[in-house]
Amino acid sequence: MMEQLTRSGNEAAALGAKLSRAEVIAAYPITPSTFIVEYLAQYIADGELKAKLINVESEHSAMSACIGASLAGARTFTATSSQGLALMHEMLHWAVGARTPVVMAVGNRALAPPWNLYANHQDSIAQRDTGWIEFYCENNQEVLDTIIQAYKVAEDKRVLLPAMVCLDGFILTHTRERVDVPPQDAVDEYLPPYRPEHFVIDFDRPLTENVIVTPAWYMEYQYQLEVAMRNAREVIREANRDFAKKFNRDWGGLVDSYFMEDAEVAIMAMGTIAGTARVAVREMRKAGHKVGLIKLRAFRPFPIEEIRKLGSQLKVLAVIDRNCVFGSGGASCIEAQSALYSIPNRPKVLGFIAGLGGKDVGVESIKYILNKALKVSETGRVEREVEWVNLVGGE
Amino acid sequence: MMPSKVVPLKEISRVELVSKGHNGCPGCGMCISLRQALKGLGKNTVLAIPAGCVPVVAGGPLPLAGLSVPTILCSFDATGAFIAGIEAALDLKGRKKGVNVVGFAGDGGTADIGIQALSGAFERRHDIIYICYDNEAYMNTGIQRSGTTPYGAWTTTTPVGSLKHFKRESKKDMPRIVAAHNPRYVATASIAFPGDFIGKIKRATELGGPSYIHVHSPCPVGWRFPPDKTIEIARLAVLTGMWRLFEIEDGQYRLTLKVPKRKPVAEYLKLQGRFRHLTPADIEEIQREVDKLWEAQPA
Ligand SMILES: Cc1ncc(C[n+]2csc(CCOP(=O)(O)OP(=O)(O)O)c2C)c(N)n1
Ligand code: SF4
Repeated sequence: MMEQLTRSGNEAAALGAKLSRAEVIAAYPITPSTFIVEYLAQYIADGELKAKLINVESEHSAMSACIGASLAGARTFTATSSQGLALMHEMLHWAVGARTPVVMAVGNRALAPPWNLYANHQDSIAQRDTGWIEFYCENNQEVLDTIIQAYKVAEDKRVLLPAMVCLDGFILTHTRERVDVPPQDAVDEYLPPYRPEHFVIDFDRPLTENVIVTPAWYMEYQYQLEVAMRNAREVIREANRDFAKKFNRDWGGLVDSYFMEDAEVAIMAMGTIAGTARVAVREMRKAGHKVGLIKLRAFRPFPIEEIRKLGSQLKVLAVIDRNCVFGSGGASCIEAQSALYSIPNRPKVLGFIAGLGGKDVGVESIKYILNKALKVSETGRVEREVEWVNLVGGE
Repeated sequence: MMPSKVVPLKEISRVELVSKGHNGCPGCGMCISLRQALKGLGKNTVLAIPAGCVPVVAGGPLPLAGLSVPTILCSFDATGAFIAGIEAALDLKGRKKGVNVVGFAGDGGTADIGIQALSGAFERRHDIIYICYDNEAYMNTGIQRSGTTPYGAWTTTTPVGSLKHFKRESKKDMPRIVAAHNPRYVATASIAFPGDFIGKIKRATELGGPSYIHVHSPCPVGWRFPPDKTIEIARLAVLTGMWRLFEIEDGQYRLTLKVPKRKPVAEYLKLQGRFRHLTPADIEEIQREVDKLWEAQPA
């Protein structure tokens, strides 16, 4: 029996970790992700989850403890946001290099200064080059489901990389929606216990982890990471397929497409903006425009094949980013441009920066963007490659 | 309180858990403290080692990895958190019985950058043993000042010059800082007194954590003395009172080596190039400080 209740994104994340049977959880509180660990603490206190909770003294230590625990054979989980994720940065590299499949929920929040508690993808986008897998969620159901899938992907022998599951601060973390909670035994069938192939702590066959290497070998290790990240693409597709079969919910794998069969103009978005964009696309379709939506679910690994395939049929792709690579535009826009560059019929790509620091991105904002894109598809002329939407003072 | 027992020389384990031919410098005090510590810990030990000189000995470069116990290289700043995570995982999996989860870190990685993670792990009372090898500077990056560099010492970041010369601040008292966390066990040790050091390690393993042992580990490279003088200098540090051997078990303090007649500190200082610039007045100042500390010290 599926349990249907309204849950906040934070509770959905905690439930995802609980259903995945996380064994060691180490975390430090930061708004808006604080509740995730509070829920988990309660599950442990109530005997619903057999896990160790380490209430560490910083996010840096949270990730360090997760890496130590993961190397010692435990399934690990943590959650953070913004400044906390920034403080973890050094350890994110360690988690990757040590090949520890840590899963982390990130309640996306702006970085100070100026102080702001609301949704912004800069915190996780800034970790792009650490080698973490990055998922972005549209709603609370997807948060719960993606945490379970994230373990499946991270622990796969072809991958062995840590994964973060990102949910927009407040928009998801603090908003209740209907969430179907799958039964534990079904999740157990989907996600077997974590069994590291080389158990690090074997006293008769002692291993040294994270050795020092010379330049000759460092590059070989880095190449293994590159291979793992490439492998992750197929493993994510598989994990999603298997999940869909078992739980009847298909999130699309690396991307989800909506009205893309015959679209000539499309919008691409991550996180909750994709949810709003669905409404805008539906309404514009009713008005007779051939528009569609590409929801980017995995930002790392970037779905190059999917974007090329979907992009080749388009005249214009309008990309919305809730982040900015200062001086160059939004991160996913740059990625899309680079993915599309080598295909013969590449669409024109327009970049839009929107919703920073929790600024509202409504249906009207998306329609504005789609109308701009439609105009470019008619005239063939790109006047502005990157535009900041809804600035108080205008651009 | 049960005092730690000095392990007689002939009872010290013959098993070598540090392999031969590693990359440590000749006469390295840290290498000696690692070797002695592992003799006390035995093979059922998981070791986490942060950046510093110890990974050079125990962590490679590949294919040289020098220990016969499971070893995890960790980040410079988070040894305490790493071993907390390892301990939690082993405990949850029911694999902790008879296993020592140990952090082995330099003074910089302990008293400066790593103090936060160490403090957190001790406050949460993890069952861990944390060993700080104290070579009184950052040796791995080339002899820079650390919080535990003693007053008067030359380092590359407290250089001797016409205006400012040598470290002007006294040594950060790390064992007492850790003791303020009320752990099971805190002790100081010296590689010149291996029976005492290994006895303390054994006591820590018996008690369960959190336990902290701070071992004074002279460094010929940074302290500027010939490599055959390491043990002599380590011993002089204790005999002059520059380094005290004590233990605190569940809050109870005990001096483990009484020095009936302390030698003048000058005997210790004059053997080391890092103190060469000191004037007789500077040395007198250091002597006064040491005397004061001993008077304040519970017997
Ligand atoms: C975050 C970070 N900052 C700086 C360094 C560079 N670093 C490596 S070893 C070291 C000094 C280590 O000193 P200590 O802990 O006293 O050990 P020792 O080298 O003396 O053995 C420093 C500063 C680092 N590895 N990580
Ligand atoms: S620099 Fe000093 S502490 Fe480091 S290996 Fe050499 S002798 Fe040992």
